Amino acid sequence: MAASAETATLGLAASAQATVAAAAGELRQDLRLIADMIEPGSRVLDIGCGDGALLAYLAQYKSVDGRGIELSQSGVNACVGHGLSVIQGDADRDLDAYPSGAFDVVVLSQTLQATRQPRNVVAALVRIGRRAIVSFPNFGFWRIRLRLLVTGRMPVSHCLANPWYETPNIHLCTIRDFVALCDELDVRVERSVTLDRHGQPFSLDPHGGLANLLAEQGIFVLCGSRNEGDTRS
Amino acid sequence: MSAVISPRLRSRSDQDWPGHRLVVREQLQLDCGIDFGPFTIAYQTYGTLNPDRSNAILVCHALSGDQYVADPHPITGKPGWWETLAGPGGVLDTERYFLICANVLGGCMGTTGPQDIDPATGEPWALSFPVITIRDMVRAQKLLLDHLGIDSLFCVIGGSMGAMQVLQWAASYPDSVFAAVPIAGAARHSAQNIAFHEVGRQAIMADPDWCGGRYISLSRNPVRGLAVARMAAHITYLSEAALHRKFGRNLQDRHTVTYGFDADFQVESYLRHQGSTFVDRFDANSYLYITRAMDYFDLAAENGGSLSSVFKETRSRFCIISFTSDWLFPTSESREVVHALNAAAANVSFVEVATDNGHDAFLLHEPELFKTLRGFLNGCAEHRGLTRSW
Repeated sequence: MAASAETATLGLAASAQATVAAAAGELRQDLRLIADMIEPGSRVLDIGCGDGALLAYLAQYKSVDGRGIELSQSGVNACVGHGLSVIQGDADRDLDAYPSGAFDVVVLSQTLQATRQPRNVVAALVRIGRRAIVSFPNFGFWRIRLRLLVTGRMPVSHCLANPWYETPNIHLCTIRDFVALCDELDVRVERSVTLDRHGQPFSLDPHGGLANLLAEQGIFVLCGSRNEGDTRS
Repeated sequence: MSAVISPRLRSRSDQDWPGHRLVVREQLQLDCGIDFGPFTIAYQTYGTLNPDRSNAILVCHALSGDQYVADPHPITGKPGWWETLAGPGGVLDTERYFLICANVLGGCMGTTGPQDIDPATGEPWALSFPVITIRDMVRAQKLLLDHLGIDSLFCVIGGSMGAMQVLQWAASYPDSVFAAVPIAGAARHSAQNIAFHEVGRQAIMADPDWCGGRYISLSRNPVRGLAVARMAAHITYLSEAALHRKFGRNLQDRHTVTYGFDADFQVESYLRHQGSTFVDRFDANSYLYITRAMDYFDLAAENGGSLSSVFKETRSRFCIISFTSDWLFPTSESREVVHALNAAAANVSFVEVATDNGHDAFLLHEPELFKTLRGFLNGCAEHRGLTRSW
């Protein structure tokens, strides 16, 4: 409420401010953690930005120069209608056009598993951004493993809400899979946060089996090895 | 705003259309190599320019449009062509912004065009009028803004040919454009669109009253050719779905077909009406010249074929809008512009509005379009530090 009282005095772009105020209060836990990883004043590209909650929050609280890409027309229209710079497009098709190093941070939250070419997308993320922040549901989470083992059917959870025949999530992976892909692409994992099923963060080495078992989601900060002096092989 | 009234005799401006006039005394160097001038620019303004001259929006009109954005057309009496958007409290809020719209160079509503008198001969220019380009139109608009003392436009906005002008503005005068909104446009005119234009031009030239373009001197008017050109073009502005929704195969004031060539179908009657009313307000040679300007438009060609290099270093904020059912300027053309802007790391928004209204959607009541524009302009106004009152 403090945010809305403050923005009211600006008297401008009322609808955008309302969204920002809402975003500050209701920002999804994983988005809040991602926001905390972003330096104020950064140039940020949010791929799969949805209704623009993260971008609005970053613009309001971190003076970020933000851009977004969103697949759904309703999402894009909502974003642009609220004064955010967002284009209709998708990670598979629209990343090639961006020059290398165009952004300080590229965010891909809960979207990687819905792309057609996740390998290419991850490579593009660390090319376009000096850093990439990727969050995704961990298919190695023990509850998912157990559900598959016990019921013998594709797991449905709050992270993976749709049945197999209508899910947009066509390339699910485990944390271990993702770390292996990063190694293969020579992408450095600079930092990682794992989330339990209540969205609470806990820190476990993503290379270890325990994180892969206990985390429902993972958030990874990546950078291309060429971007850093320390390649930590 | 002060305006200079043209003292020259003008075949159409004899009627003294409402609005402002600027006589440009200097020579305008055209893309075709000719130094052109003096010439007249007819324009309309709405709202008030704020003290620091930062709230100006240039509205660029389409092929068959004119400067009467938000007031009744002096010939047809119909509401302004963008009255859905422009006006007090509207998306283009005239209580907040200062709107300017100028009739394009080569046009026929007061700005110098082929129907005007060539001072060298005392006869109408007709086909001796120089071929003009979108960039020439924009150069003329820049002269107008210089005259008005506006160095920087808050926004340049337009649909179709207007969108071409918007992109040209962003390319030619990047520091003068804070926000650019090309709607239903493209960075170049496609082969298919050139083809449709050629059909229109040939219809005009095939009319015996066209007389090699000298119809004004001979007191004739190729209204049939111009009407057919308009009818053909009008089909391209709609969509199959919209035509079906509006007319289907419905018959016009009859219960059965007549086994003749009357306008049996409503769609025929509608098109004939579109054609016949167009000729009352448009000049055939102007139609030739303006369609040609669109055909020649290819923004990348000016920069060695690279569209992204056109926008290199741009700091303008772009909002690209297309319509799902627009097959004349399809979404793919807008997306090319978006990709070029992304490659230039420009600040760009892109919205494809779902509608069955085809290319004409930019002129119609499209709530998603309005919402997008309002949000974009509000966001830009905030970044520009434009307050609602001054």
